[in-house]
Amino acid sequence: MKINNNKNNTRDNLALTLKNLSKVYANGTVALQNINLTVGEGDFVSLVGASGCGKSTLLRTIAGLEKISSGEIKWGKKYLAQKLAFVFQEPVLMPWAKVVDNVGLPLKLSGVPQSQGRLRCAEAIHLVGLNGFEKVYPRQLSGGMKMRVSLARALVTQPSIMLMDEPFGALDEITRSKLNRDLLTLWQQQGWTVLFVTHNISEAVYLSNRVVVIGAPPGRVVADIPIEAPLPRSEYFRTSHLCNEYCREIWAHLQEAINPTPFEPKRTLKP
Amino acid sequence: MKKIFSADVIAPIIIGIFALLIWEILVRLMNLPPYILPGPLLVFQTLIEEWHNLFPSLLITLQITLMALMTATFSGLLVAILFAQSKWIERSFFPYAVILQTTPIVAIAPLIILWFKNNIFAALVVCASIVAFFPIVSNTTLGLNSVEANLNNLFQLYKASPWQKLIYLRLPSALPYFLGGLRISGGLALIGAVVAEFVAGTGGSQSGIAYQILMSSYNLEIPRMFAALFLTTLSGVIIFVSLTILSDLLLKNWHESAIKKYN
Ligand SMILES: Nc1ncnc2c1ncn2[C@@H]1O[C@H](COP(=O)(O)OP(=O)(O)O)[C@@H](O)[C@H]1O
Ligand SMILES: [Mg+2]
Repeated sequence: MKINNNKNNTRDNLALTLKNLSKVYANGTVALQNINLTVGEGDFVSLVGASGCGKSTLLRTIAGLEKISSGEIKWGKKYLAQKLAFVFQEPVLMPWAKVVDNVGLPLKLSGVPQSQGRLRCAEAIHLVGLNGFEKVYPRQLSGGMKMRVSLARALVTQPSIMLMDEPFGALDEITRSKLNRDLLTLWQQQGWTVLFVTHNISEAVYLSNRVVVIGAPPGRVVADIPIEAPLPRSEYFRTSHLCNEYCREIWAHLQEAINPTPFEPKRTLKP
Repeated sequence: MKKIFSADVIAPIIIGIFALLIWEILVRLMNLPPYILPGPLLVFQTLIEEWHNLFPSLLITLQITLMALMTATFSGLLVAILFAQSKWIERSFFPYAVILQTTPIVAIAPLIILWFKNNIFAALVVCASIVAFFPIVSNTTLGLNSVEANLNNLFQLYKASPWQKLIYLRLPSALPYFLGGLRISGGLALIGAVVAEFVAGTGGSQSGIAYQILMSSYNLEIPRMFAALFLTTLSGVIIFVSLTILSDLLLKNWHESAIKKYN
């Protein structure tokens, strides 16, 4: 897997460019102000920031779920079709539909023939490790498994870009790190571009090749930090010195974003 | 549902038997004449003796009730779906649905019977449908508008057409609400049918259970009146229970209201 960093992207292999993007809600809340961001093809970019700083708004705007107030979003060549998938913080499953029908929903909506749809569903379910649960209703699944269904539904359309809004925020630590590892593997396999929102700094460092720190209010880019650690990353990476250094750097930027005077952490801060 | 003899069933039955017992004892102790208050035993005896008269009448009333419930369900669903197409349609027409509901059926039944001069049966069905119509419309409309925001976003993201949204998202979301409305409407349809029959009076060739109640009261056959009343009430309970079972069956896999009972 080639790691694309911001600097060595040429015009051609950009997935997404945000230019002076601003978002003002109808009630006057300025959620985003002049966001400039480029995302390279195949990048795994994490967005971290305090809650309420506009991370969700940014993803929803990119997905077209919110109207842009000013500025623009430019898509790369391959991304013109905007084959994007969105994973929400909650699994957002239809409670009346079995796992296989939940996963197959995007295909059904876009009119993919049933026989082909069934194959792709089975493949997606296999990829997230839910074999044997096809005929089960969502309420019979644990939180982690529901999230896997949600993930399967996102990848069934073979998207080129994946927008994830704190997808594992509601899960316990063990399930979260397991899903982290699986996500990383899938990302390498499938060649997605991922925009991943989290408020968990170590998760961001573990997963990404770039971490973008968002400050507020209003939402703006405070720092853009490339994570130069080789892939695949083992569980040990989480507790490594390198990882800790990155976490500390990001934490400092986050503090700075909240509190305008620079702040140097003196002791190891556990996020 | 597995245990027929659960506390939910046994407790009300015991209370019922107890109440009947006290009723019978009071009637005997106070020596009340049957034309004031008959005891439950006499009522039951009358029910068996008059079965050949009462039961056919009950069937007619039930026929009206079922036709009305089906009409109300069908038209109610259509209207709710129409309301759900745009907030403006709902805003403009919903008040009229409310007016339809708040108008006492006793007041407009004579008019409807007059309009359907040759077809009393149809007139009665229309009256009962009007009564049963509103809970279906209001509940289903509420349900169609209660889609979870994130699911809505998901469908928007995958560029679902309004039709796809209706079939795959809004109607399933509305199902529990609709079934709640249906349970209320089942009882209302029966009440509507009986009230309309009362208004129609003793004329007409086909005479429902209300006709039997009226006739019994004219002739001071109070035990017979009680027997007819009992049949009507029992039918109401059976309608409610059947609709509850239907609702639980349809929702047993996913909706909280039904899950508890099945697991
Ligand atoms: N639909 C909305 N209307 C008005 N304000 C909103 C809306 N959604 C979010 N906001 C506001 O925009 C800001 C950013 O919210 P959000 O993007 O959800 O933050 P985050 O995801 O980082 O926690 C918050 O101040 C929030 O109150
Ligand atoms: Mg958020």
